[in-house]
Amino acid sequence: MNNNAIKELLYKMADDLLIIGHRNSEWTGLGPILEEDISFSSMAQDKIGQSQALYQLLHELGEQDPDTLAFSRSAAQFHNCQLVELPNGEYDFSLVRHFLFDHADQLRFEMLANSSYEPLAKVARKVKGELKYHVFHANTWMVKLGSANEESHTRMQAALNQAWNYALGIFEEGSFEEELATTGVFEGEKELFNKWLANITPQLLKAGLILPAQDTWMPIAGGRIGNHTAHLSPLVEEMSEVFRIDPSAEW
Amino acid sequence: MIKSLDPRVNRAEIEQENTIAPLKELDQWETYEVFHQKKRGDQHMHVGIVHAPNADMALLFGKEQYGRRGLSVNIWVVRTRDVFTTDYDDSDIFDTVPEKQYREAGGYKVMDKINKYKKTVKA
Repeated sequence: MNNNAIKELLYKMADDLLIIGHRNSEWTGLGPILEEDISFSSMAQDKIGQSQALYQLLHELGEQDPDTLAFSRSAAQFHNCQLVELPNGEYDFSLVRHFLFDHADQLRFEMLANSSYEPLAKVARKVKGELKYHVFHANTWMVKLGSANEESHTRMQAALNQAWNYALGIFEEGSFEEELATTGVFEGEKELFNKWLANITPQLLKAGLILPAQDTWMPIAGGRIGNHTAHLSPLVEEMSEVFRIDPSAEW
Repeated sequence: MIKSLDPRVNRAEIEQENTIAPLKELDQWETYEVFHQKKRGDQHMHVGIVHAPNADMALLFGKEQYGRRGLSVNIWVVRTRDVFTTDYDDSDIFDTVPEKQYREAGGYKVMDKINKYKKTVKA
């Protein structure tokens, strides 16, 4: 099995989770109501825990330790999709992003639960329950706000339109798609995209929200090869501020 | 603008003057009572309340507030207004008159009999 292919897969997954975990954690203390604040923060912690498990797998493949990987790279060395680095905006946008990303994430891990790369399959099986709750949470909010009143519906639809092409960027293909598929590690981004679309379509229908017209779809790619928006750099700087004061400190 | 040590607060660009009016009573979500089950077969125990706009959301919040630590297999939620209660003004209905002690387990003097029985078994 090609280690570089597996590393590429692990890096993009881990970076997605770390960055969205950090973004979502920015709501801690500022959430719309106490109960939701606690729920969203708790899920953000789950995401960061999941990223740590994947960085650990990278470390076992010869990369640096998880803390160093998370906190010592510059923005251009991150492989997350651009969707996860966008600023939180209002809660509508954060919820829509959470919905679009977490559906993809749950399916990705579901596919990986049978991966021929056993360490990753093991992680995938371990996080199954967490992801199920995250998607349950996202679906419940989408349905509630998608159809609660005119203002909430308009805002959710606008957020969906705004996030859509970025969400398509989740599925940017890497350089090892075929190799990962033939060796049974991961079936690939195309397969994941099809499953994702089939899953979110009925959910959006239930929420009374409309998928942007297909002729307007323009995936915003580049994140997987280190091309990011101007928003990632300040995030990485803020996230690693404490670590950089004393990288050798024990926590 | 409010200046804070927390960069998130600065980013939010909040006006210094507090322009947020308190919510009217009916603008608030209603409450749900949360019951938590540690393992299958156990009784569900009342653990607290959550604010929520509907039962689905109450289940989400109930899981997160009360089920994210320790063992959990199940959560119930019930709308607070669907719970029937006695009146605190009537709490004297629970007062027990002392001479009804025979109705409580502690009111039975049985140790003599038990000890006597144990003796016969040994013998």
